[in-house]
Amino acid sequence: MTALASIRNLTVTYRRDGAEVAALKNVGFDITAGERFAIIGESGSGKSTLALAIAGLLPATARIEGRIDWLLRPPPMFDAKAPPSVLPDISPSEGEIGSSAAGSFPPASVIGEGRDESAISPLEGEMSGRTEGGATGRQPASLRDHAPIGGRDIGFIFQDPSASLDPVMPIGKQIAEVAYTHLGLSWRDAYAKAKTLLERVRLPDPDAALCAFPHQLSGGQKQRVAIAAAIAAGPKLLIADEATSALDTIVQAEIVGLIRRLVAEDGMTLLFISHDIALAAELAERIAVFRHGELLELGSTAQIVNAPRHAYTRVLLDAHLGLDAEPLLRT
Amino acid sequence: MTDPLLAVSGLTKRYSRSGKIIAAVDDVSFHIEPGETLALAGPSGSGKSTIARLVLRLIEADTGRIEFEGSDFLSLNGAALRGRRARLQMVFQDPLAALNPRATVARVLDDPLRIHHIASGPERPRRIAALLERVGLSSGLAGRAIHEISGGQRQRVAIARAIATKPSLVVLDEAVSALDVSVRAQILQLLLDLQREERIAYLFISHDLGVVRAIAHRVTILEAGRIAESGDARSVIDAPQSVIGKALVAAAPRLSRIERDVS
Amino acid sequence: MSPLRRFLRTPEAIAGAVFLAALFAVALAAPLFFPGDPQAIAGPALLPPFQDWSLPLGTDRLGRDVLAELFHGARTSLAVGLAAAAAALAVGAVIGTLAGFAGGLVDEVLMRITDAFQTVPAFLLALAFVSIVGPSLGVVVVAIALGAWTGPARVARAEVLSIRERDFVAGARVIGMHPLEIAFREVLPNALPPVMALSSVIVAAAILTEAALSFLGLGDPNRVTWGGMIAEGRAVLRTAPFLSIIPGVALVLTVLGVYLAGEGVVETTAMRRSLS
Repeated sequence: MTALASIRNLTVTYRRDGAEVAALKNVGFDITAGERFAIIGESGSGKSTLALAIAGLLPATARIEGRIDWLLRPPPMFDAKAPPSVLPDISPSEGEIGSSAAGSFPPASVIGEGRDESAISPLEGEMSGRTEGGATGRQPASLRDHAPIGGRDIGFIFQDPSASLDPVMPIGKQIAEVAYTHLGLSWRDAYAKAKTLLERVRLPDPDAALCAFPHQLSGGQKQRVAIAAAIAAGPKLLIADEATSALDTIVQAEIVGLIRRLVAEDGMTLLFISHDIALAAELAERIAVFRHGELLELGSTAQIVNAPRHAYTRVLLDAHLGLDAEPLLRT
Repeated sequence: MTDPLLAVSGLTKRYSRSGKIIAAVDDVSFHIEPGETLALAGPSGSGKSTIARLVLRLIEADTGRIEFEGSDFLSLNGAALRGRRARLQMVFQDPLAALNPRATVARVLDDPLRIHHIASGPERPRRIAALLERVGLSSGLAGRAIHEISGGQRQRVAIARAIATKPSLVVLDEAVSALDVSVRAQILQLLLDLQREERIAYLFISHDLGVVRAIAHRVTILEAGRIAESGDARSVIDAPQSVIGKALVAAAPRLSRIERDVS
Repeated sequence: MSPLRRFLRTPEAIAGAVFLAALFAVALAAPLFFPGDPQAIAGPALLPPFQDWSLPLGTDRLGRDVLAELFHGARTSLAVGLAAAAAALAVGAVIGTLAGFAGGLVDEVLMRITDAFQTVPAFLLALAFVSIVGPSLGVVVVAIALGAWTGPARVARAEVLSIRERDFVAGARVIGMHPLEIAFREVLPNALPPVMALSSVIVAAAILTEAALSFLGLGDPNRVTWGGMIAEGRAVLRTAPFLSIIPGVALVLTVLGVYLAGEGVVETTAMRRSLS
C-alpha cells in the first residue's frame, strides 16, 4: 500500500476580527492510494478546512503550517495546458513545500496556499451542513491554475451544487471546459467526453442535458453534473465535502452509490467528508474523527463503529438515530 | 378518545409552473390528537413543507378544510387569526434564518409575550428568563444577539419562542435536520419533555425516518403531494407497504450494516 | 479588521472625511468667527482677495465680507443638503417598504406614483414647487426631496421583495405580529443598508440642487447661499471673477468630499457584509 498523500503537522489558522482562530491543530495522517477515506466531525471540527487544505483551495487569509506530501503517478501523456513543470512555481510564503520521491514515480509536491480571492470562513455557522458550497467558485475546483494539481489531479464536490455550477453556462460546456483545460482535448472531443461523463453519472437524456442550464435540473441532478465535472480530468483523488448533505435521503443514497461506483471504476482515491457517521461508515474503509480542529481517532470503519477508542466517537455513534435505534419516545 | 386537536381534510394547493398546473398538495387529509406527534415524511418535493405552511396559514389552500381546536381555522382573518396563532406555533429548520438577524434573544422572546398580552411590560423580563430556563438555557443569554449564540442555542431560543404563548400544537419543519447530531439528540429530548409536561402536540416534518421513528407516534408518508401510507410510526417504518415507504427505509444509512468483525 | 480601520486604509475616504469634517467645523463655527449679519456691509466694494487681512477673501459688489458669506453659506448648503436627503431617504424607504411588503394593489398604486415622479425631471419639479409655494428654507428642502425620494423607494422595494420571503418574516407572522409591525420593525431595518448606500449621491445632488435654485434666485432670500453668491458674482464675472470662483470651488469640494466619504463608508460596510 502506498500513500497518496501524507499530511504532517498541519495547522491552519484564520484571522478574524484581529483574533487568530485555529481551524486545524497539528493534524497528521496518510491517505492511501485507492482507498475510501472518510473524515467525520460536527460543525467547527475543521473537516472542511482540511478538505480545502488538501485541495489547495484555502483562502489567502488562512495561515498554513506543516506539510502535505504527495506521491502521484505521472500525469497522463496528453498535451496538458498546465504541464507539471510549471506547477511547483507557486512558492508559498508560509509553510514549506514538501516533496518526496519514491520508486520510479516522479514526485509532485504541493502545499496548499490557495490564492483565493473570495473569503471563505469554514468556521462560520454552527449548523453541521455548511450553507455555502465552499464559495471557492463556480468552476468545480478545476480551472484554478494556482492550485498546483487541483482539478486535474484532485476533483472536488461541494455541498451545494447550485453554488459550484455556473448558472449562466450550459452544463455541457462546464464539464467540457475541465477536459479541454486539463486534458488538452479539442473542444469537439471535450464535448464528446462531457456526454460520456453525463452518461456515466446516469443523467437522464445526456444529449439534451449538454445544453441544459443548472436551474433546469433538480438538486440531485445538479450534484450529478458537479460530480461529472469533478471527475472530467481523471483525478487521482476525489474529495466530496458534505456532498450529499443538502439532499433528501433517497437522493443521498443514489449519490453515495454513484460515488462508490465511479471511484471503483476509475481507481480513484476518495476523501469523503461528512457529519453523518452512519453514512460515512457505509461508504468508507477508514474513518478519521475530528473535533475542534483535532484528529481524535483514526481507524478502520469496523473498528470505529464497533470498538471506538475515543469517548467522543461513542457520543457520535449513540447520537445516530438509525431505523434500528431504540426510540426516544416511550409509549 | 377526544375530538382531534387538528383535523385536515381534502387539503389541496396547486401551482402553475411554466403553464402547467402542478398540485404541490393533492387532497391530503389527516388529524392530530392532543399531546400527540404526527410525522409527515417524504422525499423533497413531496409537499410536506407546503402542508406545514398551509396549516399555519402562511400560504392559503385552494380547497380543503382545517379544523383547529374545534373551529374552522380557514375562516379566520385579520385580528381573529392573529389572536388564534398563539395556540398554533412553528419551529423552522434554520433558526438563524427564522429569527430576525438583528434581534437579541430577549427581543425574540418578548414579541409573543407582548403581542398576545401574556405578561405586562415590567413582568416580561422575568418571563423571558423563565422561558430560557425552560428550554435549558441560562437566563443570562437574554442580552445576546441571535448571531452570537451557537446553532443549538438558537434552536432552543426558537423553541422557547414557540412555547411562549402556551400553544396546543407546534409545527416542527425539519427543526432538527440542520443541527449537529450531538445537539440534535438534546433538542429531541427537550421536545419530548415539553410534550410530556405541557401536552403539546407536534406536526413533525422530516425527511429522516430515523428521527421520525425515534420521536413520532404516527407517521404519514407523502409522495408528490399525496399520502402514500399512514399508521403507527414504528409499524410503518419497520414494515413499509408503499413503494416510496420502502425506498425511504432502504435509503436510510444504518450502522448495523457494518460488519461486526474488528480487524 | 474593524470597519473603522478598513475605512482609514482608504486614502480617498480619508480625504473625503477630512474635508467634510472641516466643512462641518466651518458651518458650526460660522457664528463664532462672524457673529454679525454676513449680509452687512463690511468694507469697500469689490476688494480683491488677499489685499486686506481683515477681509482675507475680499468683498463683493456691495462690500460684504466674502469669507463671512462663505462660512454662513456652508451652513445653508449642509443644512439643506442633509435635511433634503434625510427626508428623501425616509419617505423613499417607507413607501418602498409598503409597496414591496403589501404587494398587489398597494404596490401598483405606489409604484405608479413613483413612476410619475420619476418621469418629471427632479430639478423642474423643485423649480415649480418653489415658484408656487414661495422660497424659504423649509420649502427648498421639500422641493429637493420631492425629486429625490424615488430612487430610495425603488431600492427599498426591491430589497423588501426578497426579505419578505425569508423565514423570519414567516416566523413573525406565526407569532401573530401585525403586518405593519412586521413591515417596519422586522423588514425595513434589514432593507436599509442598500438604501443608505444611496445617501452620498443624494446628499451631493441635494447640495447641487439647492445651489442651482439659489443661483436662479429661488433660495431663501434671508440666508447666504453659495448658489446665491455665484449668481451675485455673475454680473462682475469679467472684473471680479473671484466672486464666482470662490463659492464655486467650495461647492465642488463639498460635493467631492460627500462622494468620497460616502463611497468609503459603502465600501467598508460592503466588505464587512461579504466577509460575514
